[in-house]
Amino acid sequence: MSNPKYKWIGTRPDRPDGADKVTGRARFGADFSLPGQLIGKVLRSPHPHAIIKSIDTSKAEALSGVKAVVTAKDFPEQANLIVPTGEMQVNLRDITRNIMAREKALYEGHPVAAVAAVSEAVAKEALALIKVDYKVLPHVIDVADAMKPDAPVLHEHLMTEGANPPATKASNIAKRIEFNKGDTKAGFAQAEVVIERDYSTQAVHQGYIEPHAALATAAEDGQVQVWSTTQGHFQVRGFCAKLLNIDTSQIRVTPTEIGGGFGGKTVVYLEPLAIRLSQKSGKPVKMTMTREEVFRASGPAPGGNVKVKIGATKDGRIVAAECTVEMQAGAFPGSPVGPACMCSYACYDIDNVHIVGFDVVSNRPKVAAYRAPGAPISAWAVESTIDMLAQRLNMDPIDLRLKNAAKQGTKTAYGVTFGRIGMVETLEAAKNSPHYKTPVKPGYARGVAAGFWFNVGADSSAAAHVGEDGSVTVISGNPDIGGSRASLALMAAEELGVDYSKVRPVIADTASIGFNFVTGGSRVTFATGLAVVNSVRDLIRELKVRAAKIWNVDPEGVIWENGMAKPAGSNVGEFEPLSIAALAAQAGKTGGPINGHAQLNVTGAGPGFGVHVCDLKVDGDTGVVTVGRYTAAQDVGTAIHPSYVEGQLQGGAVQGIGWALNEEYIYNAKGLLQNPGFLDYRMPVASDLPRIETVLVEVPNPTHPYGVRGVGEVPIIPPVAAVGNAVARATGIRMVDLPLSPPKISEALDAAPHKMAAE
Amino acid sequence: MSEVQYMSAKNVKEAVKMMQAAKGKGWVLAGGTDLLVQMKSGLKSPGVIVDVKKIPEMTTIVEKKGSFTIGAATPAAVLGENKKLKKAWPGVIEAANLIGSTQVQGRASMGGNLCNASPAADSVPALVAAGCVVNVQGPKGKRSVPVEKFCAGPGKTTLKPGEIVVSLTLPARPKNSSDAYRRLIPRTEMDIAVVGMGVSLTMKGDTCVGARVGLGAVAPTVLRVEKAEKALVGSKLDDAALDAAAAACSAACKPIDDKRGTIKYRTKIAGVLLKRVALIARDRVKGVEHHMHETWA
Amino acid sequence: MAKIHVNTTINGAPTEFLCDANQTLLDVLRDTLGLTGSKEGCGSGDCGACSVTVNGRLVCSCLVLGAEAQGAKIETIEGMADGDKLHPLQKKFVEMAALQCGICTPGFLVASRALLAKNPNPTETEVRYWLAGNLCRCTGYDKIITAVLDVAAEMRAAK
Repeated sequence: MSNPKYKWIGTRPDRPDGADKVTGRARFGADFSLPGQLIGKVLRSPHPHAIIKSIDTSKAEALSGVKAVVTAKDFPEQANLIVPTGEMQVNLRDITRNIMAREKALYEGHPVAAVAAVSEAVAKEALALIKVDYKVLPHVIDVADAMKPDAPVLHEHLMTEGANPPATKASNIAKRIEFNKGDTKAGFAQAEVVIERDYSTQAVHQGYIEPHAALATAAEDGQVQVWSTTQGHFQVRGFCAKLLNIDTSQIRVTPTEIGGGFGGKTVVYLEPLAIRLSQKSGKPVKMTMTREEVFRASGPAPGGNVKVKIGATKDGRIVAAECTVEMQAGAFPGSPVGPACMCSYACYDIDNVHIVGFDVVSNRPKVAAYRAPGAPISAWAVESTIDMLAQRLNMDPIDLRLKNAAKQGTKTAYGVTFGRIGMVETLEAAKNSPHYKTPVKPGYARGVAAGFWFNVGADSSAAAHVGEDGSVTVISGNPDIGGSRASLALMAAEELGVDYSKVRPVIADTASIGFNFVTGGSRVTFATGLAVVNSVRDLIRELKVRAAKIWNVDPEGVIWENGMAKPAGSNVGEFEPLSIAALAAQAGKTGGPINGHAQLNVTGAGPGFGVHVCDLKVDGDTGVVTVGRYTAAQDVGTAIHPSYVEGQLQGGAVQGIGWALNEEYIYNAKGLLQNPGFLDYRMPVASDLPRIETVLVEVPNPTHPYGVRGVGEVPIIPPVAAVGNAVARATGIRMVDLPLSPPKISEALDAAPHKMAAE
Repeated sequence: MSEVQYMSAKNVKEAVKMMQAAKGKGWVLAGGTDLLVQMKSGLKSPGVIVDVKKIPEMTTIVEKKGSFTIGAATPAAVLGENKKLKKAWPGVIEAANLIGSTQVQGRASMGGNLCNASPAADSVPALVAAGCVVNVQGPKGKRSVPVEKFCAGPGKTTLKPGEIVVSLTLPARPKNSSDAYRRLIPRTEMDIAVVGMGVSLTMKGDTCVGARVGLGAVAPTVLRVEKAEKALVGSKLDDAALDAAAAACSAACKPIDDKRGTIKYRTKIAGVLLKRVALIARDRVKGVEHHMHETWA
Repeated sequence: MAKIHVNTTINGAPTEFLCDANQTLLDVLRDTLGLTGSKEGCGSGDCGACSVTVNGRLVCSCLVLGAEAQGAKIETIEGMADGDKLHPLQKKFVEMAALQCGICTPGFLVASRALLAKNPNPTETEVRYWLAGNLCRCTGYDKIITAVLDVAAEMRAAK
């Protein structure tokens, strides 16, 4: 079923990189090599918190085959300066310490040195020869513990930003934020039902299947080339330039194909080390992380504690809502507590809302973005409480949400007033879905939850080049993480009025296209899509100029229709339409190459809403959960390539199901991660799941020429609570601490009287 | 630099010689699904890797008067394809076929699963329930040992220097008997057992006349739970007998709290599984089929 | 330590290589033979991205030593297409968007081909369990399972 308004948009052609990706030809991060390359490896702290008294690298340097060793001394000190990375902010002073520990090791796995050697075996042997003298310090892992006044303090300079009264001594609380709308005191006074609960979630990993990998080569004249698997090669360039004091123009970063990121590949780990090792050795240096390193030292998503209080009248109108979010930042400040707070109640039109958030450091790896960073954590708490409200009021959970749904004109607690949004349409679509209309099977129970993400615009550049034969290359600068080449090509073909097969999308390196912000925040099809559309419009303008020259008329007398230049009317003259191929053939005589360009800062990202429905059963003896049916409905704006939109919904839903059921970072009393591998981290496997049904609700975003809304983030927000709500209805017990793993459910069932869903 | 050597043995004698010459630094490579992971993580650094997969005796299945002798290095996938074996010992085969993924099945062997000596090894509780005998060969010749006596603790076997496990012998099946294996894992696949349970039953009419119970992942080695067996034998597998056997299994547990499960949970699940697995084994005696991937409810 | 000389057949072509005793088949394929289509996601047999067949048997090449390839017949993702003609599974994966980032795709394709060779008429449950050792974090598996079932039906119809 394609979109009747368009020829190409809404169709499902093969993706341009399809053949490469099903034949093994596509080259991902670890697939790049250079002649004479060295292999780089990282020495990591075995302690969660320790002062680095000294590092002796002399024996490693003396080992035959070792060509360079670096420690923090090889990286310049950085100013206390905050820069954006994807959806998160980072401080350069912190990031240089995260890539290589300076005064202290702050988490198990924190890099303390790196070597480059002729082989991996030699590099590993060299690591064993580096002597680090640590003074082990008391550590703190959990947020609640880290916030206590007597907690071990990670950073002696860290004063709570936003504290009132202002902080007078260092603590692990990096920041306090607050959002307020109306008067919750007055609101709760009107409430006839008030529900309060405390929830918690554990850190989870993005779980991309491709480990981080980078290849760097630095020349004697200062020029640097990097191949990196990243969601943002311009960010890699920017970070490396800052961290190593190199001009951005001296660093050329080529993005490899990327084997998943979900936000986790928006920061740098290996790239600055590989460059520095290459500078010191004079040879290319390739570095890849092992899976264990990925788990121990690359950014997971935070866990957090959320306190929720919701008040409503008996007819289901929510009159007041509060929440407090305490979120893990990892070893350095910068958790996504902001988005967690902003998204918490954004699905609803509530007069009185008060939200407080805390950004808390502890001895864990620094968190990175993960699909709608922070939002699933607050949504887990808020959507669970709303489900309790529905149960208390004996209301259908979708009807309760419809009664309170945000709509055009609703002002959010964080200050934005919504334009055209699709929350109501999405709730209705879920309610009318084949799944929701089918009675729940005996023994099963049904959970419903909603989610919101604001989506991101930001900077994008694109170019459209016409070849000598009239076929078109569309160049942009965002790594294609899930089919964006196809959606960009579809928009270009639609705009230009040519066949999809005549448009070849290319992702250029940092030296070959203007700046593009990261692939993240659900921005590529929206923002880079707009840059592509604008570059094609610029190209069409130029094509019309060329046609005008050939016809010897004013450019205003030429229109562009179905891939052809045509006279605007009979008053312009009688001319045969000119195709792009015809115009390309005469380009030399009409002004040379025919190209279009665009660069813009994109605003007006359309927010997205999702509503998920989950049927599951709980084994009363073992606590094992079996998901039997699952539907994800979402306002997707316009589905450019519906298959990849569905894929986003399905993949996000399954990540959320994993988050709800089994995924977690497990630490022992010594502060060491116990499950740094796929075996014990337990992401969902194919046999754990049913089909994931999707309902695409198309409420076009009025600020985009094709109505695009970002779709990637929203789908991970509702599932955690949708699963939790179904578990609560299946067992009669409301569980508040994630994950809902078999031992935990079993213990809850044993601890309290309960009523299992009837067989 | 680690000076590791790879050797492929043509027969058992040669393999024993290679192991003997390696002076404690030799590791047998059967399926390699544990050994290679442990080598990568630095947990094991062999001086010599002795590949036994080219030894026919160690990779074939021989039936003799209803008794099966299974080469220790036979991949689990091959076991699953042997229809006679699968019919006689469905519990042993489903246990072997639950070791890891399809890919791991293509390599992993019961001999390796046993010698890795994990208390959570999937095939071992079923082998204990089956009354399996382990055939060992070493510099001093051959010996046989009951499977439940083979492991000494996590990662430790009772093999003496130079000895290797050649094959596993499953006794002839009495009439009206069958077996089953189930494990508790958080997901449906790809997990290490939180608790593993193997039960082999012999029935006379509705009465259980013989029972063996193997219980994994709840103690330093896989346990044979004789008290549970006694509770089942002579009963009609009624609730009282199953409850008593379940209680015996829970009582036998000496588990640890770890990333895979708590003491409390493991102890409870041992009892839950006993009941379920005993009933599956009984169903099989009656000719009712159960698939290893069936869901519980 | 002297390298081991191995004679093997890869994707139908007689191939020889030298490897260390502890080098995995995956490392040999990727680093020595330039066959980078097999991916390393974990190195411990938990993700299936390095799936190949050895003598027709589906395995994780990260759990096989290069030395064990002596005399064996190995099939990798690079041998799946027939010249410029994609295998029906490859074609269907592209057609149905059964991949997003594509890193797990070679492993899924090799594993799915092995499944259909053994069981041309699998149920959805059988497909899901067969592929449980192949992790995909992007797709939620839905379109992959559908693609495999569709190809199975098409291949049966074509016989």
